[in-house]
Amino acid sequence: MKSKSSSITHEVIIKPKTGWQLIDWREIKEYKDLIYFLILRDVKSLYKQTVLGFSWAILRPFLKMIVFSVIFGYIAKIPSDGIPYPLFSYAGLVAWEYFANSLKRSSGSLITGSGIFTKVYFPRLILPIVPCIASLVDFVIALSIVFIMMFIYGYAITWSILYIPILVLLMLATASGLGMWLSAMAIQYRDVPYGVEFLVQLLMYAAPVIFPVSWLPESLKLYLGIYPMYGVIEGFRSAILHQTPMPWDLIGVGAISAIIMLFSGAYYFKKKERIFADVA
Amino acid sequence: MNDKSIQISNLSKRYRIGVKEELHDSLIGKITSLIISPFNNFRRVQKLSKFKGSSNGEDIIWALKDISIDIKPGEIVGIIGKNGAGKSTLLKILSRIVEPTGGSAIINGRVASLLEIGTGFHKELSGRENIYLNGTILGMTKNEINSRFDEIVKFSEIGKFIDTPVKRYSSGMYVRLAFAVAAHLEPEILIIDEVLAVGDAAFQKKCIGKISDTAQAGRTVLFVSHNMHTIQSICNRVILLEDGKVVKDGNTHKVVSSYLKPIQENTVDGESDLRNWPGSRKSPGKIRATYLRTLDKNGNTCSTFNIHDQITLELEIKNIGTNGFVVSFLINDNQGTLVYQIRSQDSPIDTEHISSSVTVQMTIPKLNIIEKQYTVDVWIGNHFDKMEDFIESAIAFDVINVGHSKLALRSVIHETGKWSIK
Repeated sequence: MKSKSSSITHEVIIKPKTGWQLIDWREIKEYKDLIYFLILRDVKSLYKQTVLGFSWAILRPFLKMIVFSVIFGYIAKIPSDGIPYPLFSYAGLVAWEYFANSLKRSSGSLITGSGIFTKVYFPRLILPIVPCIASLVDFVIALSIVFIMMFIYGYAITWSILYIPILVLLMLATASGLGMWLSAMAIQYRDVPYGVEFLVQLLMYAAPVIFPVSWLPESLKLYLGIYPMYGVIEGFRSAILHQTPMPWDLIGVGAISAIIMLFSGAYYFKKKERIFADVA
Repeated sequence: MNDKSIQISNLSKRYRIGVKEELHDSLIGKITSLIISPFNNFRRVQKLSKFKGSSNGEDIIWALKDISIDIKPGEIVGIIGKNGAGKSTLLKILSRIVEPTGGSAIINGRVASLLEIGTGFHKELSGRENIYLNGTILGMTKNEINSRFDEIVKFSEIGKFIDTPVKRYSSGMYVRLAFAVAAHLEPEILIIDEVLAVGDAAFQKKCIGKISDTAQAGRTVLFVSHNMHTIQSICNRVILLEDGKVVKDGNTHKVVSSYLKPIQENTVDGESDLRNWPGSRKSPGKIRATYLRTLDKNGNTCSTFNIHDQITLELEIKNIGTNGFVVSFLINDNQGTLVYQIRSQDSPIDTEHISSSVTVQMTIPKLNIIEKQYTVDVWIGNHFDKMEDFIESAIAFDVINVGHSKLALRSVIHETGKWSIK
């Protein structure tokens, strides 16, 4: 009867919503165990019944790195700020793979989770956020290879790697914000997942994964920063390879736009939330 | 303030059901529709959530209309009614899954809703992992699950398979584990949709026992079921819904018997007088069913049949226009499962050129359904397949088991099959 203690304040009023509250923190806290087990489910189930298991977290960016090094580094001779192209592109790919996976899984989260939220109540906002957190596991595993490659290429690890958590937070906010927008659209308009497939491809070539920011005209730089992955990927290379200074201007612009995406995403999601079960 | 567990006032819910799409026969028509269909599709999908400008369009239904109910703490309330009466919609609103269109409901206490068992089960994960996942989805905390974990495993009879991925479980094991988690919820208010009809008979009994215990522990329970027997054994109050409205509310025995009354009063041993039918009937057209009889193989009216007996449904129809008619019989079991749908269109007889009043007979040579009570819905349409008269539960008949071994069957259909050994 432990549950009785919390019952005194437990009054719920169900009616058509008029006003809005962006995020009910008290409620999120109440469901922290659910968030934990959903993340655990995502992490545990991802590579079940595969032979290579979590090695895939490394293999996917690693194989892409090899392809990119041959095509863009060796054949197309795209510059890489004096960093060996494999290291240059892998550092970018680790961050990119996290973002792309989070975005794909997050935007489909309501569709895959419709079996749950049409049967039970919980704050729906959990659904698009969980895959963005779960994908961090892959990210950390893939990141470990960067350090091995640095050792091979003779790069020293410095204190600047402590900037990485800031960049991770920026990616997390961007992926969650976009995920909220796209998942809320996708549950009603099932065209969205097809669109996201293409969008992710497009966003990769738009981000400085295969080329350095220095390759682009200086005047465009801050406008490009609106796409937060500019600050993230460039910052990421700077933090581990310190060939270029930390691009705080890009990160600053990116942070502002990430925060806008996150809050507008949460607002749109909350606004559409009431019809999810009706259209699912 | 807290003398009510649930206070529902003027609750309404509106749904839009999809409108039929236009079909094009010509190539030009198909190509044009390919080009303009994205626009039409967009409007159609968008309309799922927008109701502006067409508040009473023909594709809108009110699943609930101005429902007001008060439920006191500790009451065990059964909700009954035909399919589509709004029972599940009501439970979904109270579970906060869908939002009402109008009105409000105030709930005092922690709610757990069981609209299905095993929600969120992941096939790749083990039984243990799924207990935690499903438990937290249902609203338990990790600590609560920890303290009840051993009981849950014991109740589920899973034993040593607890660390096996659930995709390797038999369907029986899966259901037992899912129910075991649900049975160990300890909320103040429990909302249950027809989820007890799972597993084998022995496990079902165990589940119903567990629900009764929950009820006895002073919790408020809201319970939807088609099974009047279960309703009568658990509930102390019953609400009857019809077309989204509360029709009856009160003492279990009274409401249940009034629900079954139209059938009982107008049915005399195998004959239903449908002329002034007090039960559920939709009659948009002119063609009317007047009598429905169940006949045995000798042509006598009869309301009890053995499992493999022959049955004949005899229907009298009047006011047939010049265009004929079509008939469907729908035979449902007492849990609302549609067992047979038998249509005159599928038979060699041509009913579309009959214009006078007529008696139609349809014979099932072998019923092949297990011992239960069954009800028959009658649907009459014109030759355009448009509804003229529709009566739900127009007649009931019992199937008994005489001369067969006790069947202990889980399927509704009982087919003996032709067996041979070579």
